[in-house]
Amino acid sequence: MTLAAPIHELRASYAFVERNINLTKRYWGWEVVWVLYTIANSLAVVLIAQNVNAAVGATALSDLQVDQLVLFLAVGAIVWHYLAVVFETVSDMISWERWEGTIEYTFMAPVRRSTHMVGTALFSLVYGFIHTAVVLVVIVVVFDLNMGNADYLAASLVLLVGSVSLIGIGIMGATLPLLYPERGMQMTHVIQATLVLISGVYAVPKEMPEPLATLSVISPATYVIQGIRDALINGDSVADLWPTMLGLLAAGLVLIPVGVQVFSWGERHAKRTGRLKRSG
Amino acid sequence: MTVIAPSPATHRLVPARLHGPALDIRGVTKVFTSGPGLAGRLRGKRAPSRRIVAVDDVSFSVERGEIFGILGPNGTGKSTLIRLVSTLLHPDTGTISVFGKDVVTDEAEVKRLINRVSVDPSFFKKLSPMENLMYGARMYGVDPAYARRTIVEILERLGIEGRSIWSPMEDMSRGMQQKVAIARAFLSAPILLLLDEPTTGLDPHSRREVQAFVREIRDLHDATIILCTHDMNEAETLCDRIAIVDHGRIVALDTAAALKDLVRSAEQPEPTLEDVFLQLTGRSIEEDIKEEELK
Repeated sequence: MTLAAPIHELRASYAFVERNINLTKRYWGWEVVWVLYTIANSLAVVLIAQNVNAAVGATALSDLQVDQLVLFLAVGAIVWHYLAVVFETVSDMISWERWEGTIEYTFMAPVRRSTHMVGTALFSLVYGFIHTAVVLVVIVVVFDLNMGNADYLAASLVLLVGSVSLIGIGIMGATLPLLYPERGMQMTHVIQATLVLISGVYAVPKEMPEPLATLSVISPATYVIQGIRDALINGDSVADLWPTMLGLLAAGLVLIPVGVQVFSWGERHAKRTGRLKRSG
Repeated sequence: MTVIAPSPATHRLVPARLHGPALDIRGVTKVFTSGPGLAGRLRGKRAPSRRIVAVDDVSFSVERGEIFGILGPNGTGKSTLIRLVSTLLHPDTGTISVFGKDVVTDEAEVKRLINRVSVDPSFFKKLSPMENLMYGARMYGVDPAYARRTIVEILERLGIEGRSIWSPMEDMSRGMQQKVAIARAFLSAPILLLLDEPTTGLDPHSRREVQAFVREIRDLHDATIILCTHDMNEAETLCDRIAIVDHGRIVALDTAAALKDLVRSAEQPEPTLEDVFLQLTGRSIEEDIKEEELK
């Protein structure tokens, strides 16, 4: 076996990174709107915590407790934003190409589907980090959050390792627009909504109603969000969070091959039934 | 005339020795069905509600270096046939091989040998021709420095110059977009080039430019070309052999001259390809196209 083929695949994965960077630059107006929308959403969530006493008309929580609630919701909103960007970038890779009309060209090219996904996932990580950093800075400045205790290295590592399993779920999600040209994209939004509901983004998972609390156990996002809360709010170190990261890594190592396998099955089905054609 | 050299990077990915005919299609059938839908299935329906035979027991072979025409009106299975060869569809029955490689079982190897220009140029509309072609070049393993240089050369050769190369594709006319699509296919130096109505919608001048470029690709770059068209003149001018397709079946296959001989008679001493089509299918291709446009 020569090295030509793996080197070709590695180089080809950059095609998807470069293409997505170019698309982001060309759609810069949309990117500004998207960041503003995300900031507004995140601020709205954190404002709920800051105004909790005013909302119930009494001093239900002390100032310290309000600050803790603000941090709890702020971290949930920011981390979820990152995970959602990674998930969406991967799961929308097919919907986007269908919309542009390039899906057949990309699928005809001599690159492995895993190469296609690696390139898309690499872009999603960088794009998600930059996007989330902007939102984080705005929230920290607006609410004057006290992050003095935070271990940023531990939080970043949990985020990076946790992204792997979200990429795996995203790849599975990307199969839906492949199989259902008209409604597949909306179906991926259902997966995203389910993840936000069960993963303790705005609630403590074990305090949620019973079916949701049980489902939260199987969502990798639960452990990512909890791990980052521990790092940013409680100051847990890399050593403290090592077991969480190991679990997330294991989940990612299972979910990515499963995702690729599911997608390959979907691609074969699409080729048998003619669903790669843009109009479906 | 500027002659564009084939990409050395791409040729490293292509097997050194190619065996067999450039394209060999044996007994291929493709049927599309639409199911009863989720609601129908819940009510117990299982049988497909609609069944369309797009390609019906088609067999033919194309030798290396040929320009092979597939002539027929819209909706007769030409594009489906091209999609089957392009690995975008799997045949229900029969086999398709490109230089001896099966399009289903040796898909990765076949993809390195082919490229396709479809009737509808498919690009990222906000990206420029350069950005779109660099995306294609990287996927096909073309050296980026070589690609950047060659993209400008090919596009200029096709009459796309200056700022147009760096402006969004959405600002270009359909004809210009089609030329970029041809440049994109050529950039990967395919051994088998599939052209699905590449000149549809182009003005006469652009059409002639594209036709000249197609000949150049065949003559100077050792490519075999499959050309789907409903343009009789184009088929006759460019193709070494022509297959006439009707309702998914090949009704005749030969050189343009031999096809004309099929219908030559005392009443029709100098038949055209249109006459051949009319006699073999029982209707005019122009009528078929108009009918299709009205649907």
